[in-house]
Amino acid sequence: MAECVNDSDEESRIAYGDYVVLKRGEVFKSVQVENKKKVIFEKQWFFMDNAVGQLYGTMFEIVAGGSLKHKPVKRAGDSLDSKEAGQDNRHIVDDGRSQKLTRDDIETLKEQGLKGQEIVQQLIDNSTTFKDKTEFAQEKYIKKKKKKYESDITVLKPSTRLLAMMYHGREPGKICHLRYDTLAQMLTLGNIHAGSKIIVFETCAGLVLGSVMERMGGFGSVIQMFPGGGPTRAGMESFGFPSHFHQTLHEFPLCKVNAVLAGKLDLSEKDTENSRSEETAAEKNSEAQSMEISLDPQEQMRRDERDRLREQRAQEKKVKMEEKRKKLASAAALLQDRNADGLVIASRFHPCPVLMGLIKFVAPSRPFVVYCQYREPLIECYNKLREQGGVINLRLTDSWLRHYQVLPNRTHPVLLMSGGGGYLLSGTTVDAGTAKTKNPHKSEEPDAKRLKLEEKASSCDSSV
Amino acid sequence: MSFVEYSELIQEGDVVIIFMGHDSMMPIKVQSGAQTQTRYGVIRHSSDLIGQRFGSKVTCSKGGWVYVLHPTPELWTINLPHRTQILYTTDIANITLMLELKPGSVVCESGTGSGSLSHSILRTIAPTGHLHTVEFHSQRAEKAMQEFKEHKVSHLVTVRNQDVCKDGFGITGVADAVFLDIPSPWEAISHAKKALKYKGCTHTGLSEPWPGRSSLLILTMYRAGPENLRSFIGPWF
Repeated sequence: MAECVNDSDEESRIAYGDYVVLKRGEVFKSVQVENKKKVIFEKQWFFMDNAVGQLYGTMFEIVAGGSLKHKPVKRAGDSLDSKEAGQDNRHIVDDGRSQKLTRDDIETLKEQGLKGQEIVQQLIDNSTTFKDKTEFAQEKYIKKKKKKYESDITVLKPSTRLLAMMYHGREPGKICHLRYDTLAQMLTLGNIHAGSKIIVFETCAGLVLGSVMERMGGFGSVIQMFPGGGPTRAGMESFGFPSHFHQTLHEFPLCKVNAVLAGKLDLSEKDTENSRSEETAAEKNSEAQSMEISLDPQEQMRRDERDRLREQRAQEKKVKMEEKRKKLASAAALLQDRNADGLVIASRFHPCPVLMGLIKFVAPSRPFVVYCQYREPLIECYNKLREQGGVINLRLTDSWLRHYQVLPNRTHPVLLMSGGGGYLLSGTTVDAGTAKTKNPHKSEEPDAKRLKLEEKASSCDSSV
Repeated sequence: MSFVEYSELIQEGDVVIIFMGHDSMMPIKVQSGAQTQTRYGVIRHSSDLIGQRFGSKVTCSKGGWVYVLHPTPELWTINLPHRTQILYTTDIANITLMLELKPGSVVCESGTGSGSLSHSILRTIAPTGHLHTVEFHSQRAEKAMQEFKEHKVSHLVTVRNQDVCKDGFGITGVADAVFLDIPSPWEAISHAKKALKYKGCTHTGLSEPWPGRSSLLILTMYRAGPENLRSFIGPWF
């Protein structure tokens, strides 16, 4: 196979400063590659420096001293040879004494610097029952020991898939127990794509925000609504987006939504003025006090220095406030047009008030998606939306996920995850106004006929 | 209108979705002077559709009304004319996530079938990605090309009328992801590997109605060596 040398393969190579996802078996962890920084993952510590310059997807093993060593990928045929195998387990007694090596022995082997594969081979050689196991059982045994003694770590580029699986596995509470297939449904049902303007409200550590941004590819804009003081973006940072993506991201406080809806958002500089006058008053007071102390020339110099610093800080503060005000104004401008292309809600707060408020910013004929860990709040939302009108195709769904073990002659389901992934309410907005008709006299129909039409219309509208 | 970009007003030549009630929708192509019959009456394209806003209510001749919606791949999946069994949104969503599709992705797909998955992929990889889709049935390939043109996405897709198991995808070393939904996917594995990028992480997925057959496929893949395999068992019930 000819090597296709691409000079733009730097995107595929690990570099300092990159956010990566470490993988060992089914366990993931998100870290940033930094110079000589100790990383702890799965009870082992190491430095990432040797990984820099290698391709993403490379597997490494941890060698002495904590450095990473590139490990070439093994093919299936390389599995440890075992010629002897039993037919079934009728004679195998599980008395815990089949392994002749003790824990101390294994520790000694480890200290001697024996590699994982060699330790596994030692374990096999010292197991009395290994040759009696069936082939399948032998493979399973080897797999289990490898998992324990081999420290193979793969370095991967972050993606929604990896980060969603990571959060779901490690800290589901942080993401409202959003399972990754439910997140997949949200992104697709919401028609999240490049060039749209999406409003996101989430308390999932920034994971949902990041996945929306990934699907938008830096095109279009995302307005993140946030409760309280400021938006959480830790999960989003782990995606390692290029800097121009951040320019598409805006934030807007939830507490000001009603003001925007009423058209009364106050964007003036009143706040800054107040704080400045307070500051100068405080300064004057402290100055008055210090005037009473000696007028020593050194003292004077120090006082001047303090004044300069104070001025500088006041200036910086002013600049920051101005920036903040500008950001707020630009986000408000994006919202005010009420032509957002989509709405995604995934939070621990009750979705009803948030949904009813934010949906007003969405243009007609656009999808919206609401995630909730529980079903009941979404049922409330459903009913409220039915009452209010302006939405169609309302669906309340949840999805089941089943993993399969796929091996020759051993394919079977592993377990069924149901009820653990949360629920979704999705729908499409429509124009809530009156019908556009070119023939006004048509509305003057005999009452009986109009009643019949209304009945038909309402029965069409109700979804299960 | 395009399937990869929203617009506000309906124009001539657009494909729109008429919503008549729960589970009752149909796609129509907007043409000046044309009419569409619905059970609520006639919709006159020139007066009722062209120039109107997507999402508005349209009153039909008999007095009933319908909504006219902007097309999305999800609406298309429910409303497209079936030429083959299609993939539905639930599976498509998982495929999109697991293959890590995003703007700029280069994707290979076979078979094209009725284009349900294709439209969804196009929406996700626009505006900088590309879809190479292979369909061995010439009429289906034709119809797919025609639909992509009508939906204003043909610049993002290349349809090839060939047998993927014999002739592959027609490209080498550029794909980020490959998806196979064909009767004997193991025969296409070597072509999939050729089409995938040589460096970095790539993904291959397949649609499999019977879990048992996957084991043969997995074995083939293991030997051929694509590093990342995700097998999706599509629930066909």
